[in-house]
Amino acid sequence: MSQLKQTPSQTVGPFFAYGLTPTQYGYDLKSLFTPVLAQPNAQGEHIRITGQVFDGAGNAIMDAMVEIAQPDGSGQPITSVADAEARGFTGFGRCGTGTLPQSHYEFFTVKPGVAAAGQAPFINVCVTMRGLLVHTFTRIYFEDEAEANGKDAVLASAPAARRATLVAKREQTAAGPQYRFDIHMQGDKETVFFDL
Amino acid sequence: MKPDLNNSFLAPRDWTSHSPHIYPGYKSTLLRGPKQPLVPIKQALAQLDAPVYGVEQFGPLDNDLTKNAVKNGDPLGERIIVTGRVMDEDGRPVRNTLVEVWQANAAGRYVHKVDQHDAPLDPNFLGAGRCMTDNEGRYSFKTIKPGAYPWGNHPNAWRPQHIHFSLFGDYFASRLVTQMYFPGDPLLSYDPMYMGAPDSVRELMVSKFSLDVTQPDYALGYVFDIVLRGPKATRFE
Repeated sequence: MSQLKQTPSQTVGPFFAYGLTPTQYGYDLKSLFTPVLAQPNAQGEHIRITGQVFDGAGNAIMDAMVEIAQPDGSGQPITSVADAEARGFTGFGRCGTGTLPQSHYEFFTVKPGVAAAGQAPFINVCVTMRGLLVHTFTRIYFEDEAEANGKDAVLASAPAARRATLVAKREQTAAGPQYRFDIHMQGDKETVFFDL
Repeated sequence: MKPDLNNSFLAPRDWTSHSPHIYPGYKSTLLRGPKQPLVPIKQALAQLDAPVYGVEQFGPLDNDLTKNAVKNGDPLGERIIVTGRVMDEDGRPVRNTLVEVWQANAAGRYVHKVDQHDAPLDPNFLGAGRCMTDNEGRYSFKTIKPGAYPWGNHPNAWRPQHIHFSLFGDYFASRLVTQMYFPGDPLLSYDPMYMGAPDSVRELMVSKFSLDVTQPDYALGYVFDIVLRGPKATRFE
């Protein structure tokens, strides 16, 4: 059977905000996806995830877009809009780095449950920006899941010296628990990116 | 037929179809493209859910960029119709999938606050739209043909006319962000983003003029088909 070739990827460019994250940036269009995944009624531990995206010179990137996808607090995927509404949880978030101080991104979500036996809880991440011709995929793991992380096959497949780039650091803030997850595109601390 | 989600995988990214992460002609890649090799993983389809969304979240004019931001008249420029099919590599339609687009106006100016190009904004044009594919994987937009515009990559650098596209397909990993170009654009061969894609596949990003899609007395029609990664079928032959 003849196969069609995949359409080539191109950069998202510097001007995606009014199309992909319009509400966050103050444009007159309602965003389909926002930094808020979890409503107050969502089951599970409510957390904030935040961080910066750094280029190879160590500068925080102000025109990146970060997307996360995850199951709910019990490890169940969200399967429809009605399902998301019923559970108060969308399972998917999108945030540009152009509106918060020092080019941070942020998500308001719940800590994901374990999706399948033997795995540690994790969040799928897609990062794209001007200067990136093909988007990158990574994962957020959680530092307070050391035992589960130690048994996770995907985490183990990453080079040992770079594994820590996939683990978010837990911090306690006045507003509640927060995980810090910085993404380094290059350099000594280059984040592990997956070909998935 | 639905694949067994726990034991099925997505066809891999075909790196003969995509640019390298570092492409020196496009300067911004130098500090932003990862340098370490990607770590390959096989993630079951069950854990690659695309976001959920529905047409009920859309405005009624979300796929008509000639009307969805009108304040006091029609936007200036050449009206066009852009349509095509979203398919996987086996030609199967990707149904009910989100297609998001954004673009410059007819003068080559983006609404984005960071765009400093000295060309006029159009008060009646936002340049953003979205729609869902139908049962055949088909999408359609009405819009204004975007203008070319200068950028700072190198002396006298101009982006060819293009429309940005963002899709997910059925899975998180089938995500595609791309740009649609126009046939015959003389700027294509000078554009490092376009030229960054492998020679054999570049033209897949160039739409085709279609007289069938063209609506008499209204707008020219362009066809842009999009191929995403799909589930990898196990065949017994």
